[in-house]
Amino acid sequence: MRQVYLDNNSTTPVDERVLEAMLPYYKGNYGNASSVHQWGREAKMALEQAREKVAGIIGADPSEIYFTSGGTESDNISVIGTAWYYEKKRNHLITSAIEHHAVLSAVQFMGKRGFEADYLSVDKEGFLDSEELKEKISDNTSLVSIMHANNETGTIQDIKKLAEIAREKGAAFHTDAVQTAGKVKVDVNELGVDLLSMSGHKIYGPKGTGIIYIRKGHKITPLSYGGHHERKRRAGTENVPGAVGFATALELAEGMREREHKRLADLADLFIEGIMEKVPNVYLNGPRDNEKRVPSTVNLSFEYIEGESIILSLDMKGIGVASVSACTSGSLSASHVLTAMEVPVELAQGSIRFSMGRFTSKEDMEYTIEVLPEIIERLRSMSPLYQKSG
Amino acid sequence: MAKKVLVAVSGGVDSSTVLWLLKKEGYDVVAAHMKLWNYEEVGGDLYQDGRCCSMESVNDLHQVCGSLGVPFYVLNFVDQFRETVIEYFVSEYGQGRTPNPCVLCNVDLKWTGFLKKAVELECDYIATGHYAKVEHNAGGRYYIRKGLDETRDQSYFLWGLRQEMLAKTLMPLGEYRKSEVRIIASEAGLKTANKSESRDVCFVADNDYRRFLEDWKNKNREGFIPGKIVNDKGEEVGEHQGIAFYTIGQRKGMGIAHTDPYYVKEILPEKNLLIVTDNKNSLLHSEFQIENINWMGLDNPSSEFTAEVKIRYLHPPSKAKIIPLENNCARVVFENPQRAITPGQSAVFYDDDILLGGGFIRGIKN
Repeated sequence: MRQVYLDNNSTTPVDERVLEAMLPYYKGNYGNASSVHQWGREAKMALEQAREKVAGIIGADPSEIYFTSGGTESDNISVIGTAWYYEKKRNHLITSAIEHHAVLSAVQFMGKRGFEADYLSVDKEGFLDSEELKEKISDNTSLVSIMHANNETGTIQDIKKLAEIAREKGAAFHTDAVQTAGKVKVDVNELGVDLLSMSGHKIYGPKGTGIIYIRKGHKITPLSYGGHHERKRRAGTENVPGAVGFATALELAEGMREREHKRLADLADLFIEGIMEKVPNVYLNGPRDNEKRVPSTVNLSFEYIEGESIILSLDMKGIGVASVSACTSGSLSASHVLTAMEVPVELAQGSIRFSMGRFTSKEDMEYTIEVLPEIIERLRSMSPLYQKSG
Repeated sequence: MAKKVLVAVSGGVDSSTVLWLLKKEGYDVVAAHMKLWNYEEVGGDLYQDGRCCSMESVNDLHQVCGSLGVPFYVLNFVDQFRETVIEYFVSEYGQGRTPNPCVLCNVDLKWTGFLKKAVELECDYIATGHYAKVEHNAGGRYYIRKGLDETRDQSYFLWGLRQEMLAKTLMPLGEYRKSEVRIIASEAGLKTANKSESRDVCFVADNDYRRFLEDWKNKNREGFIPGKIVNDKGEEVGEHQGIAFYTIGQRKGMGIAHTDPYYVKEILPEKNLLIVTDNKNSLLHSEFQIENINWMGLDNPSSEFTAEVKIRYLHPPSKAKIIPLENNCARVVFENPQRAITPGQSAVFYDDDILLGGGFIRGIKN
């Protein structure tokens, strides 16, 4: 049976070239980057080269790049670290209703500890309205955290515009760029952000790696304490092979970004059109325009049936997809993202995220276009809702 | 082509062994765990080990299924479980009855939602780790038989299964003793072979159903109203904390000082009254009415018959005459009076080890 992995927004395989780049730092050059001796110096050099590489790609200064354990930690440090540092002057946080839980739960946690929090709404395609941010933001706002692209729908926000509004009010701006890194252009100055998160395993790098960009002058209260690693902002022995892997992965993704964007947009068109042609009552969640969406993300709602049944049936045909998001799959409760987009609950429950990646071929999508309609038809034939609809 | 079967796995030794047995028999086996309950909803010890629906059970299942090469899924039934089983459980106690949530869970979740999922996944059968057998007679009528291991027999909880459900059900453990199952699991190297188990109500983490009701009440702002406790001579002897906290025959937790112990004799929800007795013999009754009968080994009998009747899980079956009435009801008359016949509990009819039918106990006659 053909194996088709369409869950690249959850995680990706490590690129062979990334693994090659990392291996020397597990064996020969295994030093602690804080050590004085030659082993330490070799590790330190690799770490700083990795930092420089990342900085160069996103338009930052190397001193503004901090290696972390991944997207969740970067988001947590950005939200909680900023909130705590500026607590005495400002104690209001703004985020959106569609953030990843790494941001959302962090804001809710601060909300329970006495901070004020506002959650901005989105329209039916998942876009924020900058006017709402203008209404909610005040001189008391310390941080606005809005994701660059959504993990479930791929909807890309106008970060530049939103960050400008924050800047005018003297609030810091964080963006979770986990789903855009290596897929669309991410430049901290063009975006105008103060904080930015990325994760290694979403870009064919190792799990347990990521970065935060923290603009010079922006302060945070660290969340971990110990040695003087990462400019005293993130204690713990540096994961040197991880940092090397992350930087290599980002560099590779950046090098092929435009070509891949085009290829994946074409595949998305092929897939969306192929399915819509064969299956009635299917809806795309998120914008159809491939420039307004990370094109490799295609979130479809199949009316009258549950996403859970579709995922299991696809799995049995060798196709791996996600419903809601991997962290909560198995849950029938509708996704908070689709709920915020006012997707009716019956449609939200029948939603599936197909996320393509570097190793997704045209044949993979053709196979999916062949298999999926049969599954939908079979499940609908058993659905009392479908029968009622005539 | 091999028949495909969806096995309901809890994370314990029994259902794990079912996977192994069916696989050995050549079935195309898929496993699924029904996530029924979030313990955080109503307190209890959230970190208690070995509970069904706990993260640890799911982690164990990933290992067991992975080692057997069986695809494994977690299916979410939390909302349905809350709406059917938990609501029923709380409401029955609230009306002075003592429910069997497992009976309802079987019919309304396992053999409804889970079976539906199996059909959607093109499975021919579902299988469970119950100690009971599914058989059918020459006329194609399906029924449950007691499991070989009488000490583990779970047929009592399965009376609600209808013909179309039984036709799609496998219960391989009906042919085994629990001790044998542990040996099989151990020889097969299943991680769950030595796992301890609980036979209490699964969603009450600490087995304290009164604590559960109290928490549920607080959470849902439902009042369990305190009222009077009266003895069988009509004398007021104390105050109860809400009739939901009591069950027929109960002796402890009454909070009454009296030379002879008091037993709960009757619960009168409409008067919010608890009637107690110090005469143990007055808990004996011969006759009750049964409702919501599902006929299994017998096809809707029109005339009275004699059967062995079990009125709670651990009750030794006792001979009774069953007189069918209209609307799936019947009168049940025991040869010898039985102690603490409890409204809300299931009564199940057997002919030797064949389950003839069952229903819920309602009215009791002296």
